[in-house]
Formats: sequence, structure tokens, C-alpha cells
Amino acid sequence: MSDDLLTLEGVNTHIGAYHILHGVDLAVPRGQLTMLLGRNGAGKTTTLRTIMGLWHASAGRVTFDGRDITRLDTQRIAMLNVAYVPENMGIFADLTVKENMLLAARGARTIAQIDQQRLQWVFSLFPAVEKFWNHPAGKLSGGQKQMLAVARAIVEPRRLLIVDEPSKGLAPAIINNMIDAFAQLKASGVTILLVEQNINFARRLGDTVAVMDNGVVVHAGTMEALARDEALQHSLLGLAI
Amino acid sequence: MSQLATRDLTVRFGGHVAVNGVTCSFEPGTLTAIVGPNGAGKTTYFNLISGQLKATAGRVTLDGRDLSDLPPSGRTRAGLGRAFQLTNLFPHLTVLENVRLAVQATRGGSHRRGFNLWSIWSDHRDLIARADEILAAIEMKAKEREIVANLPHGDQRKLEVALLMALEPTVFMFDEPTAGMNAAEAPVILNLIRQLKADRSKTILLVEHKMDVVRELADRIIVLHNGALVADGEPAQVIASPIVQEAYLGVAPGGRDAQDASGRDVAPPTPSLPSRGGLPSDGGAR
Repeated sequence: MSDDLLTLEGVNTHIGAYHILHGVDLAVPRGQLTMLLGRNGAGKTTTLRTIMGLWHASAGRVTFDGRDITRLDTQRIAMLNVAYVPENMGIFADLTVKENMLLAARGARTIAQIDQQRLQWVFSLFPAVEKFWNHPAGKLSGGQKQMLAVARAIVEPRRLLIVDEPSKGLAPAIINNMIDAFAQLKASGVTILLVEQNINFARRLGDTVAVMDNGVVVHAGTMEALARDEALQHSLLGLAI
Repeated sequence: MSQLATRDLTVRFGGHVAVNGVTCSFEPGTLTAIVGPNGAGKTTYFNLISGQLKATAGRVTLDGRDLSDLPPSGRTRAGLGRAFQLTNLFPHLTVLENVRLAVQATRGGSHRRGFNLWSIWSDHRDLIARADEILAAIEMKAKEREIVANLPHGDQRKLEVALLMALEPTVFMFDEPTAGMNAAEAPVILNLIRQLKADRSKTILLVEHKMDVVRELADRIIVLHNGALVADGEPAQVIASPIVQEAYLGVAPGGRDAQDASGRDVAPPTPSLPSRGGLPSDGGAR
């Protein structure tokens, strides 16, 4: 068994006439939290979408737990026990918060079939989810929709959790809840891949880090090493973290 | 003077009062940060001011003029400029076309009448020069030929600020202008806001969750909580207030110091993940 749950090898992705990913190599180690960093337009979101089969790689290979998933449809990838929170959150606006949660809980047909302890845990992290349980999700504020999107992804245990910018639009208290939640999920054995612009968030949680630029991974290593090396931070990210 | 004011501004959705009797005025040359928990009513308050939402009760005035019955377009013409939490651009046009349209909306043809080839040409030249200036300010000259839909999110946000600048409003309303931008890119937007501030004639409202940004830019902070205005004052004092420490920053009552500049405070302990909520039963190697 490889130490990496997910690997990308030489992945190229085209969107229409645009060549976005130019040979992405990325390894996401089992049980660790991997941070994907890089400036806007570097290809981070496209990389996540390619992993999820929302764009198909034109060349290269995506492997999940030893299995080639490059050509798999999105729902098949999801059924491998992968949760994905897209950049646009993907909330079903006309459904209630409860219905959104129920759809995400694949093992449950009714709310009662969801692990209640875990549901309470989600409520304690994101109080808005409980407060607006029977409201249409479209009526939530931007930050509350973000909470619901992450809540859906963690309502059941998954092997791999992929989140595109979890902290976007959230008040500081909720960001702290989320940092704790990801740390706990990681401790329970979940492998996590995050795209995150909040450097504080990245530094507090990341074990492994990959930095992208112009459609390729330009640096891969431990977060600890990157946090220590200010010169490297400047050359990779244009700032000190 | 272009003073913006809201009086008893209220909106109800069914039984839910999203903004509850907010009375507040905003002076030119002042940047006011609006903070509060998610769902406190910050974006809704903006919607009421800019006219995207119709108030259930209360008034919005600019310079003493009542804007309450004007649609969003009328309020924009009166000088209210708003950037959105979600981007609002012409996705199938290029970056330059977007900016030029915004410049044109403000300047084009409004000062000349009749059909005159020379004025069309010189107008056009002025429009392009102004659009160029704005694109340079947001450091997007190199991308002016790109189709907006293909731009990454952060660039779309920058462009949105550019459109706002092109409209030359007297009131600037920013809703999380740096959301989705990394720490190296956000300074471009923050510099633009600093430049607007330096002008001293603009009224600037900023909804922002990044407390380091608020600390640096705000002359004043107001706090919304459950739709009501619960604190208003000088930044250091408002940040230190119990309502902000507990409801917003999540610092335990009577506990730790205020969040430091980099946001490295520690929230009250989060409840633990239930023990059997870990790996799925089919997890691990197969």
C-alpha cells in the first residue's frame, strides 16, 4: 500500500481552447492534511476539479488508493468515499438546509438515520446550520452558505475530503471552529486536501504543502519546512507567512 | 458634502427581521468597517442602501436627498457605488471591454450632444485612456484582452473594483473585496482602497472579516448582530468590546486577550468529533 492516498502524475487539463494544467505532479499522503497554495490563476481549482472528474485530464494520471480514476465520472469518484466542496459551494438554493444535509448524507434516507452525535458535532461547529434547518438554503448569507457547504462534506465520514477555500467569507470565530474541526477529522484518519488563501489557516493545519504556479506544482514539501524558510516563502508566494 | 445616512432602516422576510432599525450616518473622508457574525445582516444592509432590496421601513439619504424610492440604477447615478460579494461582470466580454463600458456609462456622451465624428473619435480616445489608467491601477493591463469568464476568481474581484472606480461614485461600498485572493494579491485591492481614502472626499463602507485589514484601514467600526447596530466607535475600542470579542472573534468571555494582528487567537474549545465518526467502515486498505 502506497503512503499516498491520492496522486497526480503529469496531469494536463484543457478547458476549451485554454491549456490550464501543464503536467501537475501531486501526492496527497494518507492521513495528512495537504495544502495547495499559489496565486490566483495558478491552477489550484482546476486541479481539484480534475481530481473530481469535473474536467477530464487530457494527459496524465490520477490515482486514488491505487486505482486509476482519471477517466471516472464525478459520481463514481464521489462514491469512492470522497467529499468535495467546490469554490462556488454548490448549495441547492431551493432546498432547505435540512434537505441539503440529507442529500449529502449518502448512507441516510431520513435525518434520523444520520449519526446523531456527529450531526450535533456539526451543529456545534456551524450553529447557522441548526438555526436555519428548515429554511431554504438560498436565503442564507454568503458565509452561512459556506458553512453549509462544509457541513455537508463532513456530515458522514469520508476517506478523502477536498475543500476549495474553506475559510472564504467566514467570521473569525467560525474560522477557528473550522480549523479545530479539520484537525479533529485528520486525527480520526481522514485525508484532507485544501486550497486555502488564508495563510494563517494553512500554517496552523498543513502537514504537507504543494505550491502551484502557471499550471504546474513548483514546490512540494512539508509545511514546517516552508514555515521556517522565509526566502522560500518569498520566492514561492511573494510574501512571508 | 456627500453624507450617507440610514434612518430606522429595517427589512423583514416573513417573521425574520434581517436588518432591524439601523440608524447611522457616514461622513466623507471616513472609512467605516462593518463587522459582525455571518448572517448578522451586513450584506442585507448593503442591499438596502444600494437598493437591491426594498426596505420594509426606514430611509436612505445621500446629502440630505432621500433615495429610498429610487431603484438601484437611480441610486448609482446619485453617487452610490457598490462592489458585490459575488462578482457581477459581463462574463463574455474582455477585461478592457468591461472597464470601457463602465467608463462610458459615466462619461460617454453625457457632455456632448449631436452626431459629430470628431467628438465620437475623441470621446472614444478619452474612454480608452481612462480605462487604461484604471487597468494600470489594478495591475491588469497584461490581461486586458482576456475574456472575463476565463479569469480566476481573484482577478474577477479586482476587475469589479475597477468597474466601481470607473463609475466615480462619491460613496464606495466594498463587500469583502479581498475574499478569494491570496495574501500576495490582496495588497493591490487594499492599495486602491487606501488611495480612495487619501482623497478625503469619498465615503467608504467596508464589510470585511479580516481583522488585520479592518485594523489598518478603518477610521471607525460599526457592529451588526442579529440585524441590529450593537456597537459603533473608534476601532480599538470596538474591537475590545465584549460583543465583538465573544460573538465575532469567538474569544471566551473574561478569557484571553484580543486576537492579535495575524489572527492567531485561540477560540473556545470546539466540541470533539464523536469517536465513531472517524474512518468509514470500509476505510483503509482493500
